[in-house]
Amino acid sequence: MTFFTDEPIDSAALVRSVVRPADGAYVLFEGVVRNHNEGKQVESIDYEAYLPMAEKEMARVAGEVRGAFPDVAVAAVHRLGHLVVGDASIAIVCASPHRAEAFDACRLMIDRIKQTVPIWKKERGPDGEEWVGWQCKHD
Amino acid sequence: MRLLYFAVLRDVTGKRDDVLELPEGTRAADVWRRMRDEHRALREYVQPPMIAINESYADAEQVLRDGDELAFIPPVAGG
Repeated sequence: MTFFTDEPIDSAALVRSVVRPADGAYVLFEGVVRNHNEGKQVESIDYEAYLPMAEKEMARVAGEVRGAFPDVAVAAVHRLGHLVVGDASIAIVCASPHRAEAFDACRLMIDRIKQTVPIWKKERGPDGEEWVGWQCKHD
Repeated sequence: MRLLYFAVLRDVTGKRDDVLELPEGTRAADVWRRMRDEHRALREYVQPPMIAINESYADAEQVLRDGDELAFIPPVAGG
């Protein structure tokens, strides 16, 4: 099981891999590349990860979500490499016998991924390119 | 000890990794101080970012051992 891909994300396949006969709902979350950030135009984003560690952190976060919502089945895929506006960078599926837990689990999963998994993105646009988070203006 | 550079730190150093020989008792925070001394672009970043030792988050005060893999983790931006 890997949480990362260099290819476009197949959300339908991800849903099929998660939903069980006893589930009454699933929530599919997709994060997509938008055309602006902090007042700047964005044309594309390059994503990279510290892969062995990022895999472990994704597994740890998924375990945390399962611990908080024991009835929920969870899967996630994050795309790496060069993405353009409208491309999905991440897909998360949370399936559950009832919808409330699926919504809550999905929210927790994306929030925790954004906090801890070692993934970085460099935004590119007409004004140039920069890493999101730290710029460290260098020569 | 092997030091890995990601994202902006790879751009700043122009390298993906380094192999360092360090005196016994060196902590991750000491390696960060040394990187700041070497790279003007890092001077304003007095505190190290999050750090990982052997692919797990660790404390910057942790003493490094022979064979450790150290990575400074600039603010993460997944999702």
